[in-house]
Formats: sequence, structure tokens, C-alpha cells
Amino acid sequence: MNADYRSMWTDLGLDLEAHDALLSVLGKAYQDIYLSQKERPQGMGYFDSVMSDIHGLRIKELMDEKASGRKIIGSYCVFVPEELVLAANATLVGLCSGADFAMEEVERLLPRNTCALIKSLFGFKLGKVCPYLECADMVVGENTCDGKKKAYESLSDLLGNLYVMDLPQVKSTNGKAMLLDEYKRFKTALEKLTGATITAESLKESIRTVNAKRAAIHRLSTLRKADPAPISGLDALLANQILFFDNPVRFTESVNKLCDELEQRIEAKTGVFPKKTPRVLISGCPQAMPNWKLHMLVESAGAVIVGEESCVGERGTRNLIDESGETVEEMLEAITNRYFQVDCAIFTPNAERLEHIQQMVAEYKADGVIHYGLLFCQPYLIEAIPVEKALEEEQIPCLRIETDYSMEDLGQLKTRVEAFVEQLG
Amino acid sequence: MRFAGIDIGSRTIELVVVDKNLQVVDTLQADTGFDPIAEARKLISEVRYDRIMATGYGRNLFEISFDAPTVTEIKAHARGARAMFPDAQTILDIGGQDSKAIALFENGKVKKFEMNDRCAAGTGKFLEIMARTLGYAIEDFGCGALMAEQDLNISSMCTVFAESEVTSLIAKGKSREEIARGLHSSVIRRAIGMINRVSSSGNIVFTGGVAKNPCLRQLLAEKLGRDVQVPDDPQMVGAFGAALLAAEII
Ligand code: SF4
Ligand code: SF4
Repeated sequence: MNADYRSMWTDLGLDLEAHDALLSVLGKAYQDIYLSQKERPQGMGYFDSVMSDIHGLRIKELMDEKASGRKIIGSYCVFVPEELVLAANATLVGLCSGADFAMEEVERLLPRNTCALIKSLFGFKLGKVCPYLECADMVVGENTCDGKKKAYESLSDLLGNLYVMDLPQVKSTNGKAMLLDEYKRFKTALEKLTGATITAESLKESIRTVNAKRAAIHRLSTLRKADPAPISGLDALLANQILFFDNPVRFTESVNKLCDELEQRIEAKTGVFPKKTPRVLISGCPQAMPNWKLHMLVESAGAVIVGEESCVGERGTRNLIDESGETVEEMLEAITNRYFQVDCAIFTPNAERLEHIQQMVAEYKADGVIHYGLLFCQPYLIEAIPVEKALEEEQIPCLRIETDYSMEDLGQLKTRVEAFVEQLG
Repeated sequence: MRFAGIDIGSRTIELVVVDKNLQVVDTLQADTGFDPIAEARKLISEVRYDRIMATGYGRNLFEISFDAPTVTEIKAHARGARAMFPDAQTILDIGGQDSKAIALFENGKVKKFEMNDRCAAGTGKFLEIMARTLGYAIEDFGCGALMAEQDLNISSMCTVFAESEVTSLIAKGKSREEIARGLHSSVIRRAIGMINRVSSSGNIVFTGGVAKNPCLRQLLAEKLGRDVQVPDDPQMVGAFGAALLAAEII
């Protein structure tokens, strides 16, 4: 089987040697961080198998889909509506950008003080190690932060199939109208690429599919409110990361199955950590696969993460789309209504985000919040300061972290995280 | 029963032993060297105790080698400083390669803390290198600086840049004392920034080996306008706090 994969990877233009190195580092990290956890739910077995074959089976499926005429769309942001992609007979995959790769080459194209996420999306391209990126027929970039906006100009030269979606920065009537327009433009681009027409029927169907996926992940989040926590933050993060590239229907089933098991655990009052373990909410920049650094530090310091206020987490998955629309037009509006509520820090002002953080602290009974900021990410780092202040005014301890994907600051971060956990205990 | 606390820092290791009344019976210190665990082993073989708690950046190494519980420097300093000064509200600790500010609740628990980032700017290491550049023994550096009438502004916080700035000031014939005082002021500016991020009023307990420097103590009180207290053995506070926490384990 592995041999088939190798020829598939070669056909995709991957650098096999670099790719082997990536997979072995990834496998080792997964082993150390994930498989060493205690009391893992059995339902995580599915996610383990996805991980152990991350560039194999799923890529094979995508290649088969391509062979049958479906198109693959890659995306870097939760503003790209999967509903439209599915309705146009295409498949959406989130491109990870959660690890450093080919940094020297990256720094020839980007300034050093660019956030790790942006550097990583260049690294995966330049290092020729991401089969998801290579199999995509269209890659969608979005005008969110300035870093990404400008970086897409350079990335476009490397990719050749980059489609840039414009996004509003203000939650106004005009802003919403613009988002709707952009979604219409995207719909046309998709139809042109796939040759399919998005109909009321296909769109309704795809809205249902994606709603079901989000409902399943909401169910998982809700179960994390229990004390003792039935699942570790690391495992829940993994499910949220896999959501970005797995087959949506199979993913939904697997999450629901996991939730059935977690409900039994809650019933039996068992969990992954003892009752009264300090509970932490993470808030801030997205933690893309395979960025497990902070979760690992927090949970090995003896706390449990009960939620992620992040695009790989609740900010990305909150709210379902109203299913009552009957025409394509109505459904496009419903889609816009849902996505327009995403409270990314690129919006100004962005008061909803703080409200959501406070609400999550209360609902998940978090004892404290760790604000996770990637170095050089202005939108989130700037927003972190008023967020911290507001939380502390309510006596909610908050730790602001600024870091990247390297392991250089691990010792110092560990001390800070451990001291914060002591503070909560 | 006797309880020990060991603080394994990047430059030195401190060991404090307290008796059942929590009175200090032993204090020992050694350089960390390149093999902290060997040094730690030597130190603990010289004292008698029933339980030990480790803190400092080497705490996890110690935990693995001696199967001992650990606590972060933050909590250890909070505990130690409170025991010495029952009304301590904020702690400034400047050690060999790191510095931190810790605000406490009324009940002594940690309310908020800040740590310096990855580099040595504003720490003991910075002062050591600057003292050497100016030809002072580290013990005399603070007294030398106190003799100056005014500060010479030093703009670089980075150890490497500050060193060349100092060299060029010497070349320009500036007074050694004034340069020294300028360097002390820059360390204090940084420390004050950190303190202000965790607390805006109340007294400060200044700990860590660097607190022995008289010029820093004076500048801190002067520039902050808050009451500054320094324990007799400021470098022992972390180890002392760890010993007290070892006694509290049930
Ligand atoms: S943080 Fe903002 S830019 Fe990044 S994925 Fe989320 S919505 Fe998109
Ligand atoms: S982490 Fe911040 S800087 Fe980086 S892409 Fe996201 S919003 Fe932009």
C-alpha cells in the first residue's frame, strides 16, 4: 500500500525525501503527545487512524474523486463557505499551516517578522511536502489580515491557481452586502471550474451536510462542560483540526460516535483528569494541524483545556445556517448571515469576540483563560490586551502568550504555563 | 521533621532547610556549572531533611533524578517573600538570567505575574557583563554607580549592543561611574515596566541575587515611588519558599 502512495506522491510533485522527513517528525510527535495520554476515549481510534495515514488514505480518496471529475478546493480560512464548494460538486480541504518548513527559503520571500501561520503556508509549498495543496484544483486565499493579504500576492506566483476572496472589515450593512457579493462571485468561479451549476437542490443538500458536521462538533464542545472532563483538550483539538480535511459525512459520524461514548463517561462520572482539575479556556489565533504545542504544555502541567475560542474551535464552527431558504438566492443570504457572525480579530470593532470569550468562560466553567497569540500577529496581539483587562476586571485570571511554532521558547513557556496553573489551583 | 527547598537556577543553586517550626537551619549555595544534577546531589548530601521540593529552571531535571515534587519559581518566590514580609504585595525577582514581577492577593496567592522574554537583557548576566566591561568587580558595581551625580543615558537593552555603547562612551572619556549608573537605571526602567504590568501600587519585595546591589535598590525605590524591602539573603527566597511548600504537602 505504501508503494502506491509513493507513486501517488511522486505524481503530485512532492519532494519524497523532505516529505518522508516531515512524516517521521509528525509521527514521532503524535506518538509522544497523543498516544501517551491516559484514559483516552475509544472513539479517538478513528482520529488516530486518520492521523497515522494523514497523507495516504485521504489523499487517495481525493485523487479518486478527481479521477471521477470532482474538483478539490483548498482554503486557508474559515470564511470560505464549504456549502458552496460541495454544491458545485467539489470538495473543500483546509490547508494546515501549523508547522515550520523550509524556513530559509520562506525567509527569502517573506520578512522575518511575519506570523508563523503565513510562513508555514509558504513553507509547505516551497518544501513540496503537502499533498493536499498539490492536489487542489483551486486554492482560495482571503483578504483578512494585512499579512495574509500581501502574502497572497507573492503566493499567487508560486501557486498559479490562487483565487483571492475579498472580505469586509466592518460588521456594517455594507460589509454584509459585500460578503454576499463575494460569495456570489465565488459561486460563479466554482461553477466555471467544475462545470456544474449550483442549484437550490444541491445547495440545500450541502447546507444540511455542513450543518450536520457543525452540529456534531457543537455536541462535542457541549460535552466538555462536564467535570471531570470526558475528553482531553488535546483530543478535542485534534477532532477540530481533522474537521478541516476529512470527508464531512464520515467525520460527522465519527464525532457523533465519540460523543455517545463521552455521554456514557459523563453518566458514569469518569473522565480523563480527576474532578476539580483546573480548567483552562484557550482563546486567540488558530492552532492549525499539527500545532499542539500549547495544549501539550497546559495539559502536562496538570490542567485540562475545556474549550478553544479559535478558528480551529468554536469561532470557526459556531452557528448553523438557517435551513428554511428555498431559492439559491435565499440560501446565499442565509449562508452570508452565518459567516458574517465569525468574530475574527480582523474586524473592527470586534466586541462580539470578548462577549463570546466571557460566555465560554461561564459555560465551560473555566478557571482561567490563556490568550494564545502568534508572534507578529497584530490583530490578535493587539486585541489580547483589552481582552485580558476585561477578564481580569471580572476576576478571571488571564495569561497572555506570544509564541510561534519553534520549540526554542518551550522552557520559558512551560514555567509560565505551570505558574498559571498553580495560580488556578 | 525537616523540609528542604532547592532552587536550581541557570547560574547558581540554592538549598534551604527548615525545621518543623519552619525556622531556617541550613542555607547552602553553589554554582550551577555544566552539570546541575551533580552539583545538586553534592549539596543535598551535605544536609539532612525528610522532604524536598525543587524549583527553578532545573526543577524538572531534579524531579526526574530524585523523584521530588516541584513548584515554579513564581509560586516559590511568592511563598518565600510572604513568609519574610507578611504584608508583601508585589515581588520583583531578578536572577542570573531571568526576571519576574509577581503580584499577590491579600491571602498570599499569586494574582498575576510577568517574566522577561528569551534574552538576558535586564538580568544578573547583563550586569555582570557590563561590570566587566567597565572594570568593576560585580560586588562593587552598585557602589560605584552610586557615586555618580547623574545618569548617562544608555539606550540599548540588548547585552551585545549595550556593551558596544559602553565601549564607545568610555572612548569618549565619559565618567565610569556615570556610565555605571546609566546601566543600573536601564535595568530598573525595564523592571518598573514589568512591575507596572502586574500592579500599580503598594510595597515591593525585591529578591534574587541582583537585589544585593545597593544602587538598584535605591533607584527602584526612587523611580517607582513605592516602598521597597529587601530580605537579608535575597537569593535564597526561592529555595526558602520551596522548603515552606514542601512542609505544606499533606
Ligand atoms: S483567524 Fe481570521 S483570518 Fe484566520 S482563519 Fe480565522 S477568520 Fe480566517
Ligand atoms: S495569525 Fe494573525 S497575522 Fe497570522 S494569518 Fe492569522 S490573523 Fe494574520
